Amino acid sequence: MTIPRFWREIKQRYKGIGVECGNCQRVYFPPREVCPHCRRESIGKMKERELTGKGKVITYTEIHEPMSDFKMMTPYIMAIVEMDEDVRMTGQLVDIEYEDVEPGLEVDVTIRRLGEESPSGIIYYGYKFVPIR
Amino acid sequence: MKSSKEVGIKGYAGYVPRYRISPTEIGEVWGKDGARMGKGLNIQSKSVPSPDEDVISISIQAAKWAVKRAKLRGEDIGAIYVGSESHPYAVKPTATIVAAAVGATPYLTAADYEFACKAGTAAFQTCMGLVASGMIKNGMAIGSDTSQGAPGDALEYSAAAGGAAFIIGADDLIAKINYTTSFTTDTPDFWRREGQKYPSHGGRFTGQPAYFKHIAGCTNVLFEETGTEPDDFDYAVFHQPNGKFPVKIAKKMGFTMEQIGPGLLVPRIGNTYSGAVPLGLAATLDVAEPGSRILVTSYGSGAGSDSFDIEVTDRIEEIRERDVPSVEDVISNSVYISYAMYAKFREKIDRGEW
Repeated sequence: MTIPRFWREIKQRYKGIGVECGNCQRVYFPPREVCPHCRRESIGKMKERELTGKGKVITYTEIHEPMSDFKMMTPYIMAIVEMDEDVRMTGQLVDIEYEDVEPGLEVDVTIRRLGEESPSGIIYYGYKFVPIR
Repeated sequence: MKSSKEVGIKGYAGYVPRYRISPTEIGEVWGKDGARMGKGLNIQSKSVPSPDEDVISISIQAAKWAVKRAKLRGEDIGAIYVGSESHPYAVKPTATIVAAAVGATPYLTAADYEFACKAGTAAFQTCMGLVASGMIKNGMAIGSDTSQGAPGDALEYSAAAGGAAFIIGADDLIAKINYTTSFTTDTPDFWRREGQKYPSHGGRFTGQPAYFKHIAGCTNVLFEETGTEPDDFDYAVFHQPNGKFPVKIAKKMGFTMEQIGPGLLVPRIGNTYSGAVPLGLAATLDVAEPGSRILVTSYGSGAGSDSFDIEVTDRIEEIRERDVPSVEDVISNSVYISYAMYAKFREKIDRGEW
């Protein structure tokens, strides 16, 4: 990932800023320019909306063949989470063992290291999920 | 030092990584009686950050919770100072990333501090000055570390990870900071040179002429200038490089175990360096009553101490209910790991080129 590309997405990665359609109030993450339901009706009405960060696990899996940034945490859990705003996000689920995860598990967003460019390059931070205890 | 205007704490939160390692486990690898070592240091386990945690992620978690607890918005924060001796970048401030994560950017002043274990309390004093002078409404002071001891060194039994964030302001206070004092000298008891991965220390020299002299010196000045004595305080938090030093200094100065108990976290999580006193204060605020008076004295090698006379207000009860875990909640969620796992997590294994 290039530095400018990462930098452009900081608001989404650190703060979970999505958008809400001013026409139908549906929330989208990552942000969309146009609401796929309202289409041209939504033009100019999409406004920023910060997600609460809380949600429930819909489904999950354990990854055994990681990308290089995740080798230190293998095996690790990826989950699809339905957020309180009725929008789904995919992210790593940390601070829990695989056998303790189940659909419906309540989770919260946390900011962790996602990886790094290289040992001398920039460090990428972004959202992951942790169980609410 | 008394600020010209009343200042204090509006919100706070602490965060400690989930993983723990015991002194017995460490001792086994290095041919030492770890259990005895742990007993001597009064440390049963120390916290270990997972591979995706560092000072930035720890600071962000504490900062987000503190903002939530104080019921503020990110843009209400006019200054962020992060004190640490293990900032992930040598050049590129931790504070800027924390500021972006809490939504405080761009109209704020921010910087990173380093003063061994007392960088966090130095950030408190800076925020107090900025708030008291009217330059900012709210400032955030963070103390956070993921410290390391060289493998096999005595420090390896205690160097841990954790941090806490405090919002300093002049209104809606949950605790007033009545007074602060500092005591600073040139004492080379512990240091890390540029480019070195692990710190060096003067062994027993870190005790009497360093920790004890500065903590006592700083606390005594506070007693003198405020006309107080140990009995006037309900609680006390001293820097805790191990479980032995703070107990010894507390007894010597006339404090009881009941006074230091709630803030003495080192036996369970190890020495969180810049995070140690802020976490101890956060844990104490978690149990304090309106009107409780707390004495806080930090210590940073090199060397210096900062003392604070803190008085809890009625508002403390209100902010406890706000969906933010207590320090006890965070600490009690823990899992023990092996030395091998610890060595992997802390990048002590040469992985070659991945």
